[in-house]
Amino acid sequence: MTQRPHPRSPGATRLGAEDITVGYGVTPVISELTFDVPDGQVTSIIGPNGCGKSTLLRTLARLLKPTSGRVRLDGTAIGDVPTREVSQRLALLPQSPISPDGLLVRDLVGRGRHPHQKWFRQWSPDDEQAVEAAMRVTDTLHLADRSIDQLSGGQRQRAWIAMTLAQDTDLVLLDEPTTFLDLAHQIEVLDLVTRLNRERGRTVVMVLHDLNLAARYSDVIVVMKDGAIVEQGPPTEIFTPAMLSTVFGLDADILPDPRTGLPILVPVSSAATAAASLTGA
Amino acid sequence: MAVLTSPRTAAHPVRVGGASWRVPLRAAVVAVTASAALLVLFVLDLALGDVDIPFGTTVSTLLGGGDGGSQFIINQLRLPQATVGVLVGMCLGLSGALCQTFARNPLASPDILGVTQGASAGAVALIVITGGSGYGGGIIGGTLQTLGLPLAAFLGGFLTAAVLYVLSWRRGIDGQRLVLIGIGLGAALLAVVEWLLVRARIQDAASAQVWLNGSLNARGWDQAKPAMLTLLVLVPLSFWLVRHLNVLQLGDDSARTLGVRLQTTQLLILVSAVGLASVAVSACGPLAFVALVVPQVALRLTGGSRPPLLASMVLGAVLVVAADLITRVVLPFVVPAGVVTAAVGAPYLIWLLVRANRKVST
Repeated sequence: MTQRPHPRSPGATRLGAEDITVGYGVTPVISELTFDVPDGQVTSIIGPNGCGKSTLLRTLARLLKPTSGRVRLDGTAIGDVPTREVSQRLALLPQSPISPDGLLVRDLVGRGRHPHQKWFRQWSPDDEQAVEAAMRVTDTLHLADRSIDQLSGGQRQRAWIAMTLAQDTDLVLLDEPTTFLDLAHQIEVLDLVTRLNRERGRTVVMVLHDLNLAARYSDVIVVMKDGAIVEQGPPTEIFTPAMLSTVFGLDADILPDPRTGLPILVPVSSAATAAASLTGA
Repeated sequence: MAVLTSPRTAAHPVRVGGASWRVPLRAAVVAVTASAALLVLFVLDLALGDVDIPFGTTVSTLLGGGDGGSQFIINQLRLPQATVGVLVGMCLGLSGALCQTFARNPLASPDILGVTQGASAGAVALIVITGGSGYGGGIIGGTLQTLGLPLAAFLGGFLTAAVLYVLSWRRGIDGQRLVLIGIGLGAALLAVVEWLLVRARIQDAASAQVWLNGSLNARGWDQAKPAMLTLLVLVPLSFWLVRHLNVLQLGDDSARTLGVRLQTTQLLILVSAVGLASVAVSACGPLAFVALVVPQVALRLTGGSRPPLLASMVLGAVLVVAADLITRVVLPFVVPAGVVTAAVGAPYLIWLLVRANRKVST
């Protein structure tokens, strides 16, 4: 679970999309998009529903094949890198993974070691250490003997993140890691993401729905609309009333967080404004 | 490390030099116990029948001793049939465990998915079309029996599986769609079998009907050999696949990001499962419900998240040999073993469905 140096061409980042077009049917979801994942940063992709956030993430993880252009991993087209090697460098937590009934948390996390195992080396001391470390970081050690179907949503999500961490990759992609969690658990998961980045040097890319959480927990914000990236930069620069209005169709005030100075969105609700004027406030 | 090697650990790490494995302790205990039970049932199956031979004599005859009479009864008459029972049970148990893991659905067994019916249709077509119905012991004569039946069953099974796969593939395999399409295919193929029977000469139809009931009667080395060969190839393959099966359970996306070559692996699992089911069908007809029930029973015995391969295999053999024993010895009239496995299997299937409903509704 330590940061490892990796050979890469100077200038380019380790993972990037070069002029990709991706789509399921005739009309592409993403067209001619170029994006370099900033190394060593936490990047959040935001955008309205159906803008292609998840499609971009899944293409970066090689789950979708672009119809044109290519995804580059360490200077090579990701399609040319053997599946196993990709899985040793890049992990993805899908949006809705399947949690089989009866699977113990320790076994789920252990499955993250698959890319590092062979049929004659299925449980090396390295595997054991990586699994324990992943469970320690995610605070799931005490759940090791629990079955995954008995856990609360937050615990289950932490177990899945532990599985992703046990894979021990420098690049970690998370597809809406906070969906279905209550606010306290969302904060818990995102604090964990920050720790992974700060303490272990992981590059993190995630798709987030909640704009306030994205603003608070990201080094870089990528704004997508209609299959294209419209803006990219630090949260303080990206979150402007103009952007929210053009991209999300949202009328909102932006205030600085009193503790961090990071932007906080306060949506302007027509109902609330009307109520305020009625009471004469 | 203390936490990860607590006594409740389901899997015990075994390390030799640089090599390492994890042995699932409870599954291992179940497999060993089931093997012991199988051994006892096997010897009983040899000892009991129209002529009962004492247990001790049976064992010594098996090991080369005994008088001429018991040698004939055991080695010539009963041993081949009991061996077919063991092999067929192993094939069905393993095939069911592979299918259910593949589809992530406890209902997905070769008989529900239509693979068994496909293999039956292939075999019945061979019996009816060649008109080679034998008079006497075998169902059909000569090479058709040893080579033709297994090949026809394989062909039927694989064609069905291919159609099933193509029809249910929508950017991945969904267990529920697989089961629904499989049920449809199975019904259609049963109609084909019925049609073939209606068109057949009366002797051929009679042979085919006996065979379709799933009978171990008069089965011998001719049926044992193809089953043995298939197991010899597909058991090692299946056990090599275990590692990938474990990851496949987590969904297609997770499996791929964990470095599994999805299509190749799924193809290998499907080919193994279909091959095992088809050879079992060709040996003694469709033994109902074995492949469906046994892996689920094994799963409940071993605990864990998917049907265990080894335990399913051994328990499959236990069920088939026990069914053979019941039909030959316990019941006052001769009944095909398939009737007994169905009598055990159908109530279990209903129980499984009732339980699944409750789980959804709570």
